[in-house]
Amino acid sequence: MEKQVILNATQLELTLKRLSHQLIETHSDFQNSILIGLQPRGIHVTTRLKNILESILGHTIQAGNLDITFHRDDFRRRETPLLPSITNIDFSIENKRIILIDDVLFTGRTIRAGLDALLTFGRPSQVQLLILIDRRFSRDLPIQADYIGKTVDTLSTERVAVEWLEIEGQDQVLLFTKEANEAAQR
Amino acid sequence: MKQLSVDHLTGIVDLTRQDIELILETAARFKEVINRPIKKVPSLRDITIANVFFENSTRTRLSFELAQKRLSADVVNFSAASSSVKKGETLVDTVNNILAMKVDMVVMRHPNPGAAQFLSQKIKARVVNAGDGTHEHPTQALLDAFSIQEKLGTVEGKKVVIVGDILHSRVALSNIYCLQKLGAEVMVCGPSTLIPKHIDQLGVKVSHNLREALEWCDVANMLRIQLERQDIKFFPSLREYASLFGLDKALLDSLSKEIIIMHPGPINRGVEISSDVADSKQSIILDQVENGVAIRMAVIYLLAAKIER
Repeated sequence: MEKQVILNATQLELTLKRLSHQLIETHSDFQNSILIGLQPRGIHVTTRLKNILESILGHTIQAGNLDITFHRDDFRRRETPLLPSITNIDFSIENKRIILIDDVLFTGRTIRAGLDALLTFGRPSQVQLLILIDRRFSRDLPIQADYIGKTVDTLSTERVAVEWLEIEGQDQVLLFTKEANEAAQR
Repeated sequence: MKQLSVDHLTGIVDLTRQDIELILETAARFKEVINRPIKKVPSLRDITIANVFFENSTRTRLSFELAQKRLSADVVNFSAASSSVKKGETLVDTVNNILAMKVDMVVMRHPNPGAAQFLSQKIKARVVNAGDGTHEHPTQALLDAFSIQEKLGTVEGKKVVIVGDILHSRVALSNIYCLQKLGAEVMVCGPSTLIPKHIDQLGVKVSHNLREALEWCDVANMLRIQLERQDIKFFPSLREYASLFGLDKALLDSLSKEIIIMHPGPINRGVEISSDVADSKQSIILDQVENGVAIRMAVIYLLAAKIER
């Protein structure tokens, strides 16, 4: 078997709803809390969570997208430069409670860069991390999530892909085996 | 993923349309960065850049230095006035001595056309041309295109007139290449003594009537009369030049449409452009300066990515 479904559309929906309720437990009405999705793939998780939270709470909540390209630690260590995506944080994060959001937590390097990028916008009172899929035991840095959709055990040669209805045509989370991953990269 | 097709930025003439679009797209991201509370990113922590200026400059030099510092590069500055060039050292020797101090990139302004191209063939570091005599000033053309795109949404299909001292202007040549590669139509306008012969071979229109040119265009780029490069008289007097090719509010308001006014600086108020035009709502002169930092960050970032570790 080359690829395996970790979460199907129904399970993904349930997981997102559970994460939303967990967020409300901590952040109640979100008056002082902001969702920040990491580009390029964390923004889709953020959009879904924002929609669910707003329908539960009955009012809009603040959210933004953050690009971390210029804060990455692998500039000039790849063959081609990393192209940035759009950042839109057109509000102050000073003294706010920030929930940083990404789809997959693997080595932790993206989150490290995300924290650095976030702090160029000011000094939040708190930063929490929400992750849809946590690939545990694969960290390069001491970074752990506060909210986790699902924890999976994977090999570093495998790849986890979160797919969305609006992008790939279907909501699902897939695990590609080593062979499938290598074939995709060829 | 995309990257630049060149290793040095010596002139717009060497760039492809894809290169220019890549630079403009990256600059848009950097413009967002320089409007944050903390305007600095760590990408170029391990890069050292020398700014080597054999000619005077205020804006360009400050702009390059700010761009480098906001990318976290280490910066050394050098100006010919206070250097050993006066003692008879050659350009390549001067630069190689700077490179011996482990410098990865050289930003150079030089009075001789082709100096940047020459240097890029002689040394190992990346070279960015910050103006070489009357030849090219690529980062100015890129920031001009970026400013037009920001104001009008696109450069493609727009009509741009460059007014003034085309003969001595590196800004004019780089702008012609850059705007044409992006699909704009370009006209040059000025007294016939200041328009190079055969410039129509570059595919530009030529006019000697300012009103006619302004009625045609969407954007007017007003250039400074470069008296320091004029060894003979090209027109009878500055006053006569101002009356025929200077843009004042009365002329601007009498046009049948609203056009955008640009100027690469430094402005000679009352000569090529009157004070009330320079400070009017149609003028994007200060936007150009802000965009200059973003464009230079993009150029340096994209070239630095090609430096071997």
